[in-house]
Amino acid sequence: MKTLFDCHKACIVKVIKLNTKGDLKQRLISFGIMKEALLEVLEHSPGKSTIEVKVGKMNIALRAKEAQMIEVEKI
Amino acid sequence: MNEVDPKACPITANHIKVALVGQPNVGKSMLINSVSNAHLHVGNFSGVTVDKTEVLFDYGDYNFTVVDLPGTYSFTDYTIEERVTHDYLCAEDYDIIINVVDSTNLEKNLQLTSELLTMSKKVVIALNMSDEADKENIVINAEYMSELMGVPCVRVSAVTKEGIDTLIDAVIQKYENPRNKPKLVFSEPVEEEIAQIVWYLDKHKFESVNTYRNIAINLLKNNKKTYATLHDEPIWTELQPILIEASKHIELHHDSDDIKEAFAEEYAAFNRGVVAEVVQQEVRKNERTLTEKIDSILIHPIFGIPIFLFFMWSLFQLTFEVGAIPMEYIDAFFIWFGDTLGATIGNDDIRSLIVDGIIGGVGAVVLFVPNIIILFIGIALLESTGYMSRVAFLLDGFFHKFGLHGQSFIPLVTGFGCSIPAYMSARILKNDRDRLLTLFIIGFMSCGARLPVYVLFAGAFFSPEMAGNILFIIYISGALLGLGAAKILKLTAFKGVDEPFVMEMPKYRLPSLKLIWHTVLTKTMMYLKKAGTYIAAASMLIWFLSNYPHNLILEETYDTKISIAQDAHQKIVLEHERDEALLEQSYLGSIGKFSEPIFAPLGFDWKMSVALQTGLAAKEVVVSTLGVLYSLGGDVTQDSNSLMGAISKNISFASAIAFIVVIMIYLPCLAASVVFTREAGHIKYFFYLLAFTSIAAYVMAFIAYNIALFFT
Ligand SMILES: Nc1nc2c(ncn2[C@@H]2O[C@H](COP(=O)(O)OP(=O)(O)OP(=O)(O)O)[C@@H](O)[C@H]2O)c(=O)[nH]1
Ligand SMILES: [Mg+2]
Repeated sequence: MKTLFDCHKACIVKVIKLNTKGDLKQRLISFGIMKEALLEVLEHSPGKSTIEVKVGKMNIALRAKEAQMIEVEKI
Repeated sequence: MNEVDPKACPITANHIKVALVGQPNVGKSMLINSVSNAHLHVGNFSGVTVDKTEVLFDYGDYNFTVVDLPGTYSFTDYTIEERVTHDYLCAEDYDIIINVVDSTNLEKNLQLTSELLTMSKKVVIALNMSDEADKENIVINAEYMSELMGVPCVRVSAVTKEGIDTLIDAVIQKYENPRNKPKLVFSEPVEEEIAQIVWYLDKHKFESVNTYRNIAINLLKNNKKTYATLHDEPIWTELQPILIEASKHIELHHDSDDIKEAFAEEYAAFNRGVVAEVVQQEVRKNERTLTEKIDSILIHPIFGIPIFLFFMWSLFQLTFEVGAIPMEYIDAFFIWFGDTLGATIGNDDIRSLIVDGIIGGVGAVVLFVPNIIILFIGIALLESTGYMSRVAFLLDGFFHKFGLHGQSFIPLVTGFGCSIPAYMSARILKNDRDRLLTLFIIGFMSCGARLPVYVLFAGAFFSPEMAGNILFIIYISGALLGLGAAKILKLTAFKGVDEPFVMEMPKYRLPSLKLIWHTVLTKTMMYLKKAGTYIAAASMLIWFLSNYPHNLILEETYDTKISIAQDAHQKIVLEHERDEALLEQSYLGSIGKFSEPIFAPLGFDWKMSVALQTGLAAKEVVVSTLGVLYSLGGDVTQDSNSLMGAISKNISFASAIAFIVVIMIYLPCLAASVVFTREAGHIKYFFYLLAFTSIAAYVMAFIAYNIALFFT
């Protein structure tokens, strides 16, 4: 299983599943991170602790831990 | 229009109450500023507005009340500030919703819109940021969109004020006409289930203000409130199995076990359809946007943090260097003003009250206005360019190690300006534990009111070239102490799991001069107003406490000594001795002498002890207290009139360091403490804060004092 966390800078992936529940899932969905959405990894912060991704026209920062909950596949 | 009539009466027949709703950072507050002449706080990051604000204005025959609400990504109560919006929309009374959306990112913004459309309220959509859309070659067909969505859509720009009148006209028209059904359609399986529930409600002639379709959608979405109301109805027993069956169908169709996710996908599908129909945009592949180009430098994994530190350092360098230029003139002005005014007053006591008390105290605070302005400009730039979220991104990993949430950075930075808005903006943190922790740490970020104390001491003890660096070191070490404190609190009082961090990074925007000007002006005027009222009153009180009670015997003994003194020099020495002795036996002197032993281990004389205590009311009062005490007492060498000179002569280096450390850490001002208590939710937290900061301040100052003694 590949997650967003495993992706390198500048790689584009498609979301398959969100392995989370409740509020966080809602929040991710309202940011547009939902099934079928395309994500592009823009930047890692020092130590890969935080990741910046592009969803649609929006840039979103999330932590490594949250990125590991987003199952993706390469396109 | 564009006129706010303070007498605008909201309780007339022609009154429209508008709720302004939208996702964060789409320009809601700015839109209100452009229709009225309000100056709501605007900034380029999510979570600027954290509380509702009402603005009144007149337009045509109508009085408007517009309610600015915190931005919300979806119709939930994820964070406190989103709860404000959620609760307002559900429980309060208003006529119409203006849904503000960002034209350059329509698809994402419409997620919230579709949720709003399922409420039974009149809605007008404001397609804001149309100026930016033009620049990005995004063309939106607003008429077609109105037709597709079934609600009026108006292109506006809060910056250029384009379309504002049209928007208000649309609101009036919508208000005067009955609500028509929005045309939100779902996928076939969902529509089938809705139809079935509607049919069922219809069969039983269920009575409700809401349309059956709305009830059906809310039931399918698991809306708690709708559930609660229907739960007690007789039809519930029959309805429930239908609902369960329907949910199963929808979940199956979406291959998900989460009905909310299924609905989000439904909305997304509808919105994608709308966007595809109404938005025209030249697609440019693989081309980096300007924001991404800037980001590749500013949030670079290696250079990002050094660049940020460099910006901070430059800011403090400027604060000191540029701020020092007008200082001399302000100082000279107040001395001249005091002398001139003093010459016209016959009565010694009144003259002293006005010149030494009020003018001395207020002057000492006003002296630092240039420094404060530069600091405010720095914060305004950080807020309005979009850099704020980047720093939160950069520091999140680092903050995380200390148990803080990356988004804590936003309230913490606000804290460099003033703790009060900082306490409020901690609302953007979802988790109560994170929020409380942040509330406790905000005080470590030295607020603007402490800047005068630092500038005063840095200027008194360091060369002008070094003073800027010293300021930088003070602020950074304050912040580092705060992080250390956070770690301690996280390990002890606020143990718990880490909350997720997901944050939008807005695009960079060049702030308009007008915006910066207004932000800085508002804050500076607040500072001046405080100096003219609160600080002036405090200075008067301090003057009174330091002049009374009169001790006639002491005065006479010295006066006879002075009259028989041999030469002029001895006379002057005796006069100063007299003033000092009189000051020491005043009320304030007694308080100071009483508390002196407590502060003796930190090397403070009684005047410094008093200044710390009066500083509990407001940090500016520290400076004005020192100003009053050192101008009344024996300033042995009369060559320097200024407070800086007096301080460098009367206070040892080590004591000064310890004093700065206490100022850095101890309790914020009275007003901030009140807000802290309100935001924390319980008075007990105030006492925790009091104990925590006092002990920390004392211990750290003691250590600093002894280290400094060792080196001097
Ligand atoms: N170019 C352009 N920028 C805009 C426009 N409206 C707002 N902005 C900018 O967008 C940013 C956000 O504006 P705010 O008014 O603070 O947004 P808000 O919706 O109140 O945000 P929250 O209070 O966080 O929900 C600011 O940097 C504004 O300068 C517009 O019409 N055009
Ligand atoms: Mg706002």
